[in-house]
Amino acid sequence: MTTAAPEPKGNMGQPVPRYDAVAKVTGRATYASDTPLANPAYAFLVTSAIAKGRIDGFDLADARRVRGVIEIFTHENAPKLKESKLFSNGGYASTTIQPLKSADIAHDGQIIAVVVADSYEAAREAAYRVKVNYAAAMPAATFDSPGATAAAAKGQNGQFKEDPRVGDFARAFDEAEVKLTAAYETPTQHHNPMELFATSCAWTGDDLVIYEPSQYVHGLKNGVAGQLGIDADKVRVVNPYVGGAFGSKGSMTPRTAIIAGIARRLNRPVKLVPTRDQGFTIATYRAETRHEIQLGASRDGRLLALRHEGMEVSSRPDPYCVGGTKTTTRLYACANVDSLVSIVRADRNTPGFMRSPPEVPYLFALESAMDELAVKLAMDPIELRRINDTANEPIDGKPYTSRSLMACFDAGARAFGWSQRSPAPGSMSDGDWLVGYGCAATCYPTQMAPAAARVRLQRDGRTRVEIAGHEIGNGAYTVIAQAAAERLGVPLEKVTVHIGDSDLPPAPVAGGSNSTASTCSAVMMVCDKVRQRLFRALLPNEGLADRAKETVGIGQTPATQAARSGQPLDRDKAFEALGADVVEDYGEWKPDGAPLDSFHAMHQGQMRMVGGDKMKGAIAYAFGAEFVEVRVNRFTHEIRAPRLVGAFAAGRIMNPRTARSQLMGGLIWGMSSALLESTEIDARTARYVNDNFADYLVPVNADVTDVKVIMLPEQDHRINPAGVKGLGELANVGTNAAVCNALYHATGQRIRKLPARLENIEI
Amino acid sequence: MRSFSYQKATDPGAALRALNAAATDSRPLTEAAAQPLAGGTTLLDLMKLDVMRPASIVNITPLARTWSAVDAGVDGLRLGALAKMSDVAAHPEVQRSYPVVADSLKLAASPQLRNMATLGGNVLQRTRCSYFRDVSYANCNKRNPGSGCAAMDGVNRMHAVLGTSNQCIATYPGDFAQALIALDAMVEITGASGTRSMPFAQLHKAPGNSPQIETSLQPGELISAFTVSGRWPRSLYLKVRDRQSYEFALSSAAVALDVQDGVISDARVALGGVATVPWRAREAEALLKGRRFDDGLAQRVAEAAFADATGRRHNGFKIALGRRVVARALQQAVTMEI
Ligand SMILES: Cc1cc2nc3c(=O)[nH]c(=O)nc-3n(C[C@H](O)[C@H](O)[C@H](O)COP(=O)(O)OP(=O)(O)OC[C@H]3O[C@@H](n4cnc5c(N)ncnc54)[C@H](O)[C@@H]3O)c2cc1C
Ligand code: SF4
Repeated sequence: MTTAAPEPKGNMGQPVPRYDAVAKVTGRATYASDTPLANPAYAFLVTSAIAKGRIDGFDLADARRVRGVIEIFTHENAPKLKESKLFSNGGYASTTIQPLKSADIAHDGQIIAVVVADSYEAAREAAYRVKVNYAAAMPAATFDSPGATAAAAKGQNGQFKEDPRVGDFARAFDEAEVKLTAAYETPTQHHNPMELFATSCAWTGDDLVIYEPSQYVHGLKNGVAGQLGIDADKVRVVNPYVGGAFGSKGSMTPRTAIIAGIARRLNRPVKLVPTRDQGFTIATYRAETRHEIQLGASRDGRLLALRHEGMEVSSRPDPYCVGGTKTTTRLYACANVDSLVSIVRADRNTPGFMRSPPEVPYLFALESAMDELAVKLAMDPIELRRINDTANEPIDGKPYTSRSLMACFDAGARAFGWSQRSPAPGSMSDGDWLVGYGCAATCYPTQMAPAAARVRLQRDGRTRVEIAGHEIGNGAYTVIAQAAAERLGVPLEKVTVHIGDSDLPPAPVAGGSNSTASTCSAVMMVCDKVRQRLFRALLPNEGLADRAKETVGIGQTPATQAARSGQPLDRDKAFEALGADVVEDYGEWKPDGAPLDSFHAMHQGQMRMVGGDKMKGAIAYAFGAEFVEVRVNRFTHEIRAPRLVGAFAAGRIMNPRTARSQLMGGLIWGMSSALLESTEIDARTARYVNDNFADYLVPVNADVTDVKVIMLPEQDHRINPAGVKGLGELANVGTNAAVCNALYHATGQRIRKLPARLENIEI
Repeated sequence: MRSFSYQKATDPGAALRALNAAATDSRPLTEAAAQPLAGGTTLLDLMKLDVMRPASIVNITPLARTWSAVDAGVDGLRLGALAKMSDVAAHPEVQRSYPVVADSLKLAASPQLRNMATLGGNVLQRTRCSYFRDVSYANCNKRNPGSGCAAMDGVNRMHAVLGTSNQCIATYPGDFAQALIALDAMVEITGASGTRSMPFAQLHKAPGNSPQIETSLQPGELISAFTVSGRWPRSLYLKVRDRQSYEFALSSAAVALDVQDGVISDARVALGGVATVPWRAREAEALLKGRRFDDGLAQRVAEAAFADATGRRHNGFKIALGRRVVARALQQAVTMEI
């Protein structure tokens, strides 16, 4: 394992401990359902036992008899709510399937009743006593199920505008000396953040406060207000800490407005803590995907033709898709590229964002195929990547703002000991275990969105930063505090950070790995405004902006040292000149290329995210290379991955400690995804079967014995003022392919369908 | 979970009285109105899931005062039913003379669970069949006799290939029971009319036509101890699972051998993760006795152990896997340093 607090290299901040570390390890961090409410009622959900059909009727007599039951809400008496559009189509919602609206059932585990009682226990018992009569219809579970329908993504999903293509793929593939055609599959996966999908709603008059773990408090506030038909100013969402999210808490799920409506009806705070298995169906998930990859290359390894076709499952009404071809068609130099993404509609809940939504399934396919091609070419897989490395993406010819892919491969290979690998499959072993080394590229788009912040600096250096960012374990408190301390030249311990509250200046969703780049850019900009006011007071005749830059440019030594010394500039004098003890400023920041309506949208809880392949004149991605050692027991075929190494370059690293934690978690999750995670669907009933933590497997400590994270220094001035690319979703992308490539090396057997399990090994 | 009444029994007599007071009708044990509570790691889970709905709970943990001793002497082993899994797994004499017992406990569940869970509760743990544990599935013959079996043609990767019936294919999930059955353990049962002892192999019942009846224990009876005669230093438990720890077996083997001058004089083979009940592979044992061990014999034994196995859609792999596990466990047992 690498050390928890790596020494900063060039363009890295200090590895200071987490701002919230002590609160978390001492149990003082307050999560949504920990928040005390005055005289709350407790809600328990009843969810459907069929995936398609209608509710013929309820028998509630037995349930009502449970002592303490206040009311049971079904579609017959639930508060009426307005519709909300899908998040990816300009709305707020994770799904347009609105429960409790009619007797119709559109997916397994749909909310069909909410029991409210004086205690959690009574609500739960009554929920268990609710009897439902269904008129069930035959559902379509997934790919190939009778009744599932497929159509191109383009034209139905607002965010999937084009299937990237360039040149003449068919001809180039036809003429290529070396060809590969291979199909890959990834399973349904669920985020399973530790913190459940809790929601508490409390009204005071017309004002609503929602305590809910959310990755986007401003989105949730506006979305719920819309569903309730009230002014967004009346709604406040509070969540100082989110106990894991991974995308599942990014968009508004139907439960929130339902609970808010019930709390209003009952005129009493209502608290909901759904169960783990309900979380599988009342929120989102990563849908299963299928891929066909075709690669054509010259004998010397140059890619001449690349085609990637992806198929993804979504729900009946919602055209959700991740469309990762935008990345896989641009990763390597190749003159002839074709792609197609289609969506298969089935009777399922609507899928949604899950850590690196497009890249995880699509790069599994491409990076497995690259390994297969390397085998066909009898070439080292790293060399194949080097030959096809490129400074410009091939579709539109735009330059990468910076790209350290091969530097990552080289650093990773050194740390891993790649040179010790004997290339022939099955040629390495250790006692009972066959040993395999595999690698893969990883990447994730650099994204930013408009954000606002308020900063207040006192004469004694105490600083208060307010921004409605989100602490989802990403280290938001810490890096925001660091950004402010550096920019203002105050000691870190004087900075307090207020996030996770929609009463604060809006920040975008903590998703798409944009959080650090966006919030730190906004905070830095406002800090500059504060400094400029001080400078103006102190030096009324100087070129202010220049002077401020010179002394406090982010990452430049003077400010950092000043911050450390606690004696930055002449703060006292400046305040003296200003004739005040406090300076406070507010500002709104937007990245280059953000549309004109960005700030307006930001206040509506709508993001105008830019970056990745959507930048003008450039393309921005973070890169990495991942290496895995797998072991396959020659007798029992058990598969283990004892060693993971990742080398990453992601622009400025604000804090090597929190960054390492993200990257390490990503590597582990990637291994988990490759070897363990899969939500099993009962094909007959379109229902999830292993919807609990005992049966949905994730690694335990004993599975994770050695993880090494290497961060390469990288400077990128083009992307945003903070110089940050974002890395929350970088590390779990390449691991799936790296694991399967290592399995091939260990056994000679290619695993093209995840997860790789011992029954898939035939040796 | 539904409301229930709760009482704590301070001694065996009080526990039996409390249980018997509620044992009025002829429902199967698992449906009995009163259930003893030991570590609670099976019972409370199933109550929260609404699978078990006892009207009353009798906490028997105070019985540990009399029923948790571990006695390992020259002529055998006696384990109190309220002993904790962790205590028995860590017991030096158990580790020395009955490694298969210690290993089966050590490789089960997690440290936290092993600290809570008792041996009696452990052998009575119920299947992990996902359809059984989710009451929103109507079709489960074990939970709802006559309703059908959702697993038969559903997701059945974890299900059994041995001892199945056309009513139920649920796996018996425990590990410790495989060690007990391999060693010909006896189980001591205490009821209102006194204490009786019977072969542990007779405790569990294969599903047959009544998968709802899992054991021969009657309502109002308690397991008080397990006994094993002889010593079995050449024994081990091999457990294969998807992850390294904290997971049930896909396939496991409890093996105990007595080897004299290179000849196997006694052999015990039990299988876990693959059968509906703790499973003794007697045909396999017969092939071993009186023979010298080699890899060919290991193969034949492994074949014999799974001769009657039948797989379904997702669990067919367990037959080949199970054979490899048996062969490997035997190889390891033969070469064990004792
Ligand atoms: C997440 C998880 C993972 C697990 N993994 C494994 C594993 O890998 N391998 C494994 O073997 N087990 C595993 N288990 C199961 C665990 O070992 C059992 O739950 C535990 O041993 C049960 O013991 P207990 O004392 O908690 O039983 P309880 O839950 O208290 O009781 C279980 C049942 O037995 C009855 N009972 C208890 N004691 C007696 C008695 N003395 N006489 C009569 N009836 C009694 C109870 O009424 C109840 O019906 C796992 C459990 C969990 C929750
Ligand atoms: S295998 Fe047994 S326990 Fe599982 S659903 Fe079928 S009958 Fe029920």
